[in-house]
Amino acid sequence: MKDKNFIGGLLLEGLSASWPVCLGYIPIGIAFGVLAQKAGFTPLETGFMSLLVFAGSSQFIAVSMFSAGAGAASIIATTFVVNLRHLLMSSSLSLFLGRSGRKKLFVFSYGITDESFAVNFSKFKGGDWDINRALIVNFSANIMWILSTVAGGYGGQFIRPHSFGMDYALIAMFICLLVFQLKGPIYIFTALVAGISAVLLSLCIPGNSYIIIASIFAAGIGVFIKKKAR
Amino acid sequence: MIERDYCYIVLGMGVVTFLPRLLPVYFLSGRTLPGWFIEWLDLIPAAVLSALLLPELVTTGMPRLFIPYKLDMIVAVPTLLFAIKTKSLGGTVVTGMGLYWLLDIIFI
Repeated sequence: MKDKNFIGGLLLEGLSASWPVCLGYIPIGIAFGVLAQKAGFTPLETGFMSLLVFAGSSQFIAVSMFSAGAGAASIIATTFVVNLRHLLMSSSLSLFLGRSGRKKLFVFSYGITDESFAVNFSKFKGGDWDINRALIVNFSANIMWILSTVAGGYGGQFIRPHSFGMDYALIAMFICLLVFQLKGPIYIFTALVAGISAVLLSLCIPGNSYIIIASIFAAGIGVFIKKKAR
Repeated sequence: MIERDYCYIVLGMGVVTFLPRLLPVYFLSGRTLPGWFIEWLDLIPAAVLSALLLPELVTTGMPRLFIPYKLDMIVAVPTLLFAIKTKSLGGTVVTGMGLYWLLDIIFI
């Protein structure tokens, strides 16, 4: 009975952290399912991709590449480049996962997305967070993503995912999680450098490599300034 | 049934997506890292979040065009103020969604 309460409490804490992610995944997932269906994918194929890849933007790109008749190598290579940014997120999360078992780390890393990373990192940093709660965040988001994409594939045109401002859920979440990160001038400075350079780069280079380039650059400048100020 | 070629491609996509997620967490966790690297990693989330967010707010299309007065950006201002004032994630999400929904109805 005690165990049951413990697991229940864990679930509740995990879900109360992950609901904005889950909510935000619904319209995007449905939109993806609809797109995939129009491109000739069955709901099963859509769900299979969501399960194995679990990375929204790369899935959109892959579907459009499939429809354009792109080859396997170029689809896989593009997916790799688009999802390389998780390298940075995984690195930052490693600061908090020192005492976790290898198997758990393996399972946990599967669920690292832009959104789950943002939620888990700010929770870890605030203390009172562990890999079990983080796993609940990852997997609830994962389940929601798979379900939404499959639902979109089944009858997306009959669902209206763009109501109630759901399209804005993830943006609002990112705004708030960014605010949580800005705990001093150096963080604000780094965020400004990253944001402005990301906008400039996104206008000049195709794809989403601007995210990784701008982040590495801005955090580097931040460390440099911190050293100089000391 | 899922076609075999499709299976292999998606499997390949899965592997190349999983590795960048796995390797840092797997090999850096529990290690003693140099001080500058820890400081750098500590700044990465603020940088990544900002780099993900700002282009979404002020650019659009493919190739991207700079459009600083998008609805996304207009709603972001009060949403940001709300987040700073309340520090409530749930409240910010609901407020942002509500404002976006409202302004979307008014302007279209």
